[in-house]
Amino acid sequence: MFGGTNGASGSRGSRVPFSHLAAEMTSTEILLAASNVAKRFNSVVALKAAALEVRAGEVHALMGANGAGKSTLVKILTGVFPADGGEIAIRGRERRFRSPAQARQAGVVSVYQDPALVPDLTVAQNLRLARVNAKAVRAWLADLGIPELDLGAFVRDLPYPVLRLIDLARALASDPTILLIDEITAALPADLSERIFGIVRRWRERGRSVIFISHRMAEVSALCDRATVLRDGLTVGVTDTARGSEERIVELMLGYEVAHTAAAGDARIAAEAADRAAPALEVRGLRCGRLLNDVSFAVHAGEVLGIAALEGQGQEELFDCIAGVRERDGGEIIVRGRPQDFRHPADAIGAGLVLVPANRQQAMLPQRSIRENVALPAYRGLRHWGLIDMSAERERVQEAIRRLHIDTRAESALQRLSGGNQQKVMIARWLASEFKTLLCFDPTRGIDIGTKRQIYALLRELAAAGAAVLLFSSELPEIPLVCDRAIVLFAGRVVHEMAAADADEVTLLRASHGLVPQREASA
Amino acid sequence: MTAADQTQSPLETGPRLRGLRRFVHHHPSLVTMPALLAVFLGVTVAIHPGYDSFDAQSLAMGAMPLAFAAAAQAVVLISGGIDLSVGSMIAVCNVLAATTMENATFGESLLFAAGICVVGALLGAVNGLVVVFSRVPDVVVTLTTGFIWGGVALLILERPGGGAPQEFIQLGAGFLVSPWISGSLVLVAAAVAIIWIPVQRGRLGLLLYAVGSDKASAFRSGVNVELTRFLAYVLGGLFSAVGGIGLVMTTGIGSPLAGVYYTLSGLAAAVLGGVSLTGGRGGIVGPVLAAYVLTLIPADLIFLNIDPNFGQVIQGTLIVLVVMGGGLVELLQRRKK
Repeated sequence: MFGGTNGASGSRGSRVPFSHLAAEMTSTEILLAASNVAKRFNSVVALKAAALEVRAGEVHALMGANGAGKSTLVKILTGVFPADGGEIAIRGRERRFRSPAQARQAGVVSVYQDPALVPDLTVAQNLRLARVNAKAVRAWLADLGIPELDLGAFVRDLPYPVLRLIDLARALASDPTILLIDEITAALPADLSERIFGIVRRWRERGRSVIFISHRMAEVSALCDRATVLRDGLTVGVTDTARGSEERIVELMLGYEVAHTAAAGDARIAAEAADRAAPALEVRGLRCGRLLNDVSFAVHAGEVLGIAALEGQGQEELFDCIAGVRERDGGEIIVRGRPQDFRHPADAIGAGLVLVPANRQQAMLPQRSIRENVALPAYRGLRHWGLIDMSAERERVQEAIRRLHIDTRAESALQRLSGGNQQKVMIARWLASEFKTLLCFDPTRGIDIGTKRQIYALLRELAAAGAAVLLFSSELPEIPLVCDRAIVLFAGRVVHEMAAADADEVTLLRASHGLVPQREASA
Repeated sequence: MTAADQTQSPLETGPRLRGLRRFVHHHPSLVTMPALLAVFLGVTVAIHPGYDSFDAQSLAMGAMPLAFAAAAQAVVLISGGIDLSVGSMIAVCNVLAATTMENATFGESLLFAAGICVVGALLGAVNGLVVVFSRVPDVVVTLTTGFIWGGVALLILERPGGGAPQEFIQLGAGFLVSPWISGSLVLVAAAVAIIWIPVQRGRLGLLLYAVGSDKASAFRSGVNVELTRFLAYVLGGLFSAVGGIGLVMTTGIGSPLAGVYYTLSGLAAAVLGGVSLTGGRGGIVGPVLAAYVLTLIPADLIFLNIDPNFGQVIQGTLIVLVVMGGGLVELLQRRKK
């Protein structure tokens, strides 16, 4: 059975330079050339001027930090939505696809992060839907290690990794000249990833091209010939991916020369806090869904623990489990020494764990006033014989609003406030009720810099007052600024832990891509 | 990671279903609905031992327009939409038939019937165009177009009246071969077969289910989502037109106020017949059979000397039980996994 891996596990060391040579020797025909591609969604600029050039017979990596515009570029190239500007040429011919079907006809096919398979149809019906030959798909599925898959099964009944393989087999069966693969290995076990790499290499040998998106630096250097790096919607560089080029790629992603500056600021290592009794929150071997595999950490009263991770490394599941939104599959959640079994957010709130989600829409009542939004979770403590003590409510709310400097000019309806003020209301509501541990999931997403600073200051103030704060942030510079300690999640596991002083952007970004100093990797 | 974690491969696809179990899994309502109908027919015969071909025929006739209303709603629901103007479209087509056919010959009536089918499809097309291009939610669009069609029906025929040639009415009110096989049964079977089977077997059926199940995935698979949704409403209008013509056959006249009843009961029959309100699941046969079940309930209550107004209470309870039961079965299956 493993004979079918096509030598994927064969010559690991020699392969990279050799394939690199091959790419140079074969014709340097440009299959795809995109330049100045721009796209905005309402007021958010996703792409400013992206450029991408892919040669025939090349595996080309597309890299960039969260929100750099990788997936947007992929979707524009395959016609999911139109670009606002820029040129895209396939084999030198100017093309502008208006649908994925058109792109497919031109030989450009993508395997998206979320499989483009319709859940209520069978696998066979999905293949008919995309007008793909079932026999060819079967052959590819056999190559991918699931030869006996029942094509008559409903897609909704199949597990996610299988769906990604079906999606890949379907894309391969349509015989594209340019195959785009967006983050396929995140959901797959290692041996399966190897199979896919084997297929990608075979594809290259046929003179076809693959655009490969991955957050795993090791995969990129082992598999890809060149890499295009995006930052903030701009193409900032194209580089070889031979061994040793990781530094260069990280530099491009960050946008400045890597200088190992001594960590500035006070070393707020919560050593003394760690010695104190039981941690405010401890998590042991937590597992949930397919993304969160095995996470353990502890956060103490008076401490801000930062979590850094690229998208989809299990952080959503982690916060959902701790906040009682989702039930975990395994592991322990221990609050001040007591194991907990949350079945509802109310359980977590009762235990003193409160969540500030990134998406304010999930938590706010947009048509209601600031007062009601702030007081909502506090009502439990404000009731007198079932009625709400209005004066006590007003007092608590005013106190919270004052501490957070919330702009109350549009207080009658939360939806009329700015995003930053809305987010402050979401934090204020927890100040008005009692809590011991604050869970902040990317609280400053899409907020202006002034408000951000107020939120940082507030988090520090809360910690100083004895609260424990768990902060996930997609903006890496926030972590050394606000936190005492930081951990990095990668593939659903904690891969690195460091004091704030060591949590510079380079270290965090490297660890987020699975590049961990040997010492920690073995620990 | 413990050994227990590793026994579950991420590529485990579960046992392969075969034969009857596979059929039940893929078409649950083709099993539950005949069973439910058989139960209700059994109950009816038990409480009314004199049940004869006349009763069977009045059931078939009474249920025919509702069966088409259910089919119309089912097609739209499967594509992920909803059409609250089904009843009003039935009313428009019904009064059109009753006014145009009143003094017509049998041959002319057949011609008019064909024309009314085109009108129905056009009404559906208007719904579809507005829903697809205005981006106003389908509930709002079809609720308002329903008001409009309802007004149009009253403009065409102010009060119940009109008629159709006797031979035309006999197509539904008569019987074929045996008095147990009502013409209206044959008409329902024929219309469903002629309209639905080519759709379901062809590419359009695949597209309807794909769009109803997941619009984004369907689009990325190369489906023209807007066109598919539009065509679903056209098919809904077509079924509604057939329902309106059927109503002339069973009542002999045109009724401009029939709208509300057929919209709501048609929706109820579609849901009872196994069509998902969120789209992508179900078929046409289940809802059509459900129309007969829903028609049997008030008849049974009359046999039992119970206030027929209880009918709605029982219909509603039945729908909740059946839909909940389906959800429960699904939940249990998921737990097992």
